[in-house]
Amino acid sequence: MAGYAFLAIAVLSIVAYFIGQSAGRRFQAQVGREVHSLPVYHGAFVAVWVGIPALILVLLWLLLQGMVINQLLLASLPDDMTNGVSSARLSLLLSEIHNVAAGRIFTEPSPAIVEAAERYAVWERIARWAMLVVGLSAAIVALFVARSRLAPRFRARNGFELFVSGLMIACSVAAILVTIGIVASLVFEAMRFFAIVPPTEFFFGLNWEPQMPIRADQVAGAGAFGAIPIFVGTLLIAFIAMLVATPIGLFAAIYLVEYADSRVRNVVKPLLEILAGIPTVVYGFFAVLTVAPAVREAGSAMGIAVSPNSALAAGGVMGIMILPFISSLSDDALKAVPRAMRDGALALGATRAETMMQVLLPAALPGIVGGILLAASRAIGETMIVVMAAGLMATLTLNPLDSVTTVTVQIVTLLIGDTEFDSPKTLAAFALGLVLFVVTLSLNIVALKIVQRYRESYE
Amino acid sequence: MKTREMATGQDEGNGTPASSGRSFAENQRLDREPNPLKATARDVCVFYGEKQALFDVNLDVEDRSVTALIGPSGCGKSTFLRCLNRMNDTIAGTRVTGRIELDGRDIYEPGLDVVELRARVGMVFQKPNPFPKSIFDNVAYGARIHGLAGDKSDLEEIVSTSLQKASLWNEVKDRLHEPGTGLSGGQQQRLCIARAIAVSPELILMDEPASALDPIATAKIEELIDELKENYCIVIVTHSMQQAARVSQRTAFFHLGNLVEVGPTEQIFTNPQDQRTLDYITGRFG
Repeated sequence: MAGYAFLAIAVLSIVAYFIGQSAGRRFQAQVGREVHSLPVYHGAFVAVWVGIPALILVLLWLLLQGMVINQLLLASLPDDMTNGVSSARLSLLLSEIHNVAAGRIFTEPSPAIVEAAERYAVWERIARWAMLVVGLSAAIVALFVARSRLAPRFRARNGFELFVSGLMIACSVAAILVTIGIVASLVFEAMRFFAIVPPTEFFFGLNWEPQMPIRADQVAGAGAFGAIPIFVGTLLIAFIAMLVATPIGLFAAIYLVEYADSRVRNVVKPLLEILAGIPTVVYGFFAVLTVAPAVREAGSAMGIAVSPNSALAAGGVMGIMILPFISSLSDDALKAVPRAMRDGALALGATRAETMMQVLLPAALPGIVGGILLAASRAIGETMIVVMAAGLMATLTLNPLDSVTTVTVQIVTLLIGDTEFDSPKTLAAFALGLVLFVVTLSLNIVALKIVQRYRESYE
Repeated sequence: MKTREMATGQDEGNGTPASSGRSFAENQRLDREPNPLKATARDVCVFYGEKQALFDVNLDVEDRSVTALIGPSGCGKSTFLRCLNRMNDTIAGTRVTGRIELDGRDIYEPGLDVVELRARVGMVFQKPNPFPKSIFDNVAYGARIHGLAGDKSDLEEIVSTSLQKASLWNEVKDRLHEPGTGLSGGQQQRLCIARAIAVSPELILMDEPASALDPIATAKIEELIDELKENYCIVIVTHSMQQAARVSQRTAFFHLGNLVEVGPTEQIFTNPQDQRTLDYITGRFG
């Protein structure tokens, strides 16, 4: 029924558009250039008036209808079924009624429930028809109101403009609200976690064993939530990734900007961009199936014991993943240095390498540093590669040949399998998520600030 | 020699920028002795890809004097200027034919070190382009990369003399370690001139050095060019015919990639031999 309502509103809006447009045309025929707005705007103005209020009305109706009917249902039930019953019980009761009404009967329902289910079915049907009628009449009333306002000097163009800017504001508010919602859910769940596990233990504890039992019949450890080993592991892998990506990306950018002729550049740049287009899961199995065994074999050939999922393999592959980031951001930063700067150095008799090292790089440095920080925040937040290639055990080590785990890997493992939303095991994932969010957000802010300041200085 | 003495006398008499360019007749006397040649260009053609930008240019540049290149936009005057220190090499697809000699040596011969050439031929660009470094480091840059200074005091000496020659010393001597980009436009351009001088070039190329500056800063730059010609050979590209008349001893007029006419500045501006030159200097086109 809701679908029909939307369809009807859409059709009415289109009809309203043509009514408005033809009115606009008539004005043009009557008074010529004196008409304030084009016929299109007259049409759009009426269409918006017809469509938007009716749409909002129907959406609100859909949102509230269920609640109102449920309240009525509860009120209509015999008192002994609802008096002094917990809200969880009540919602169970309601869903039983809904199920019976929909014909999904699991156990023999009591006569009171069957009666309620019949009432529910009737009320729902009434509510739906009422919604259709109310929505359509709102649209039709709006059509007459809007049509009556049209006149040769009526500012339909400005009215429509107002609607467009309102639409944009609504969209950006929606994006902001979603962000706030996500942050709030992280913060509140993390606060519940910190009510159970003290923050000092979480931030300074050296022992991470979150797999505690959540049912009586499970055998597991007692649970320990010291996150230091995870933070160290994350930073170790991100550091290895940056160690791989920064020099290669930067030098590739320098080569492409300063040395490569256009034919080479036209081949190499798209190739680098292909790297950015590879799905991270593909990088993941590249790390697991190719790089990790290779590192292990190279290690054993030299007589060094290497863990099968070493930080080196995961970090190295992650470095390849963020390489195109660094190279394309450095490329942009170097290109943004005015050509005059380069000419000035060359005209003084500097070689290309001297020009690059002493003039172009210092001038582009803020942009390059910004790019590196963005890439670092990406490396810290990267999930798929490490889920596949890094370890699960939280070992506190700086040895790149050992297996370490990261924040993202732990979040994934904590939320997989049996979960219970008031056990610290599950809530720990939110605390980790919050830390991750704060770290990557601050890295991004710092990086963007640097890039911005740098842009200002050359424009 | 006679001209130069007269000129210096005039300069001491009048310090104000507006009057520093001497009167036309004194500056560009036809009867002054020609200086020895610094650079010669023979049959120079320049191609940007398929497009030919310069056609068989033959031009002599006298030492210790100012040669002005004038002409309408796109006439090839900047292209010719950039041939003299091979800056055209930095533009992909550029080809230069013909022969350009600096002190008798072909600067396009295969074995020549371009980097060394550019140390001998300084260049000042249209838009001031100080490096994002301190004033001191800007001037010291060339001296550092070419190893001109033995120690720190040498370097300081080079920086201070160069800034003095560029008439910038008094304005910046107390803030040598502030960024060069913080100076005003005219000061930045004089900083760029100081930077070019610091390498002790023999030939200084200026590509419309005052076109981005206000009249007062322009007057200062012109005054400076006038002083510099006592020690350097200068080739200047300019859009302003008044500027060419004020600062140069010889003027070359380019049109559509051809060198139409070259001669003593006075002759070009008072008695041009070619109809196109006459049309240009009287403002009929360009």
